[in-house]
Amino acid sequence: MGAASSAVGTSGTASQGGMVHSLQELRRSASLATKVFVQRDYSDGTTCQFQTKFPPELESRIERQLFEETVKTLNGFYAEAEKIGGSSYLEGCLACATAYFIFLCMETHYEKVLKKISKYIQEQNEKIYAPRGLLLTDPLERGMRVIEISIYEDRCSSGSSSSGSSSSSSGGGGGGAGGR
Amino acid sequence: MSVMVARKKVVRKWEKLPGRNTFCCDGRIMMARQKGIFYLTLFLILGTCALFFAFECRYLAVQLSPAIPVFAAVLFLFAMATLLRTSFSDPGVIPRALPDEAAFIEMEIEATNGTVPQGQRPPPRIKNFQINNQIVKLKYCYTCKIFRPPRASHCSICDNCVERFDHHCPWVGNCVGKRNYRYFYLFILSLSLLTIYIFTFNIVYVALKSLKIGFLNTLKETPGTVLEVLICFFTLWSVVGLTGFHTFLVALNQTTNEDIKGSWTGKNRVQNPYSHGNIVKNCCEVLCGPLPPSVLDRRGILQQEESTAQEESCPRGPSTQEPTAAQGPGGQAEESSAQQKDGSLPHLSAVPAPSLSNAEMPEEKQLTSGELPVPSQDAGQAEH
Repeated sequence: MGAASSAVGTSGTASQGGMVHSLQELRRSASLATKVFVQRDYSDGTTCQFQTKFPPELESRIERQLFEETVKTLNGFYAEAEKIGGSSYLEGCLACATAYFIFLCMETHYEKVLKKISKYIQEQNEKIYAPRGLLLTDPLERGMRVIEISIYEDRCSSGSSSSGSSSSSSGGGGGGAGGR
Repeated sequence: MSVMVARKKVVRKWEKLPGRNTFCCDGRIMMARQKGIFYLTLFLILGTCALFFAFECRYLAVQLSPAIPVFAAVLFLFAMATLLRTSFSDPGVIPRALPDEAAFIEMEIEATNGTVPQGQRPPPRIKNFQINNQIVKLKYCYTCKIFRPPRASHCSICDNCVERFDHHCPWVGNCVGKRNYRYFYLFILSLSLLTIYIFTFNIVYVALKSLKIGFLNTLKETPGTVLEVLICFFTLWSVVGLTGFHTFLVALNQTTNEDIKGSWTGKNRVQNPYSHGNIVKNCCEVLCGPLPPSVLDRRGILQQEESTAQEESCPRGPSTQEPTAAQGPGGQAEESSAQQKDGSLPHLSAVPAPSLSNAEMPEEKQLTSGELPVPSQDAGQAEH
């Protein structure tokens, strides 16, 4: 019955044990409370860097150090993507020499790093943020302007299946299972 | 599983993008709305080169060297490739803020400025940043509801904020910004060379042939030569001048916009913080630096609201499984929107995933904020 759960992306994290929120459980049982936006840090020019300042809304949800580490790692990735050096010049010159036709078959270094970033974000979500009822959004989907962090209220304790969350009655069960 | 009739055609994000751009080839091509002058550019280049190859080249290849048309062809192809790249690519448009983000920024602004009483004009929204020891102001864009990154500007013709905005060029029918500046520069450079080349060899052709049959007869035989020379003459003055100007800008790592506004000139102004101080380094960065991909995701698939409205009224059940199985994104859209009452899902659909390519493992299909996974992958996780 259940219409397919709107599970997204993450594979097989249906938490039977229910101690840890998987992304699916998060979706079924929690509701969005608020969002926090981590802005860009332009102190180093126009390169893509995000502020490591800890948003006060996350005070009670996650350790400062974990958050800062995530942002610093992301900043590191972006710096790597935009690094101006021998290899990027080579890529640029090669592309120019082929009148940029080479981009039809080759992926740029920047794109490769962006893929790494989204894998990293997904991994962070699974391991660190979803269990705390948070969700990071890839800045690429927000035009590289912000890192959007969605904060979820945990409602599964109320056992309200009225949230109509997906899977009909099993929603309650799912919620329960997902709950603590 | 019975398969439902295929839904209406998939709606892609480019169809709903704000701003005054035109999109072609199902979102692959992006241009400004007015394209008339661009067609003129194409016509002039193609026409002049066609005349050159048809008339002068045949004579010169025989009399002088076959390398002449070959080199002309290379220049021509390069100019066309860079022109099309400039015209068709995303110049670096910054997508507008979603309502949540805009509200968040508004709150921040109000916190810093305090609420303005009704009727009074709100103060201009400016944030100060320090870049490389110099203060740079960030302006707030009322249309896009974002604080513009440094060097970005809002193009009033295309109604978009563009990163590292240079100018809006009607000749290429697009804005020139961060992502297509190098193509634009290479286009005007190659066009200058092509123009000089054609002009020179037209003169050579006329000179050579006049020696044999006389000047007037030459012109009578190939009247196209006069046309070409005229076009090249006028093009030379404008395009070569423009190339020189942009070479100057590239060497100093400035944009036309900044140059016109005088952002970095004058005694009391800050010096250009983006320049490396070294001409070669500046050139390398502008022309050969890393190229960020477009953040617009024009070809991403939007959730289909029509189908969601239908499905919400239906009770959940196996029947709803089929459409989802038949058409992943559409089907999932229903699921998600049905849960929208909580306000939970739309944001969840923004689960991190690169919107760049779908080449990853099928289990972890990429999502953009509008795209949803193929249900078959969660068949295993579906609860019953």
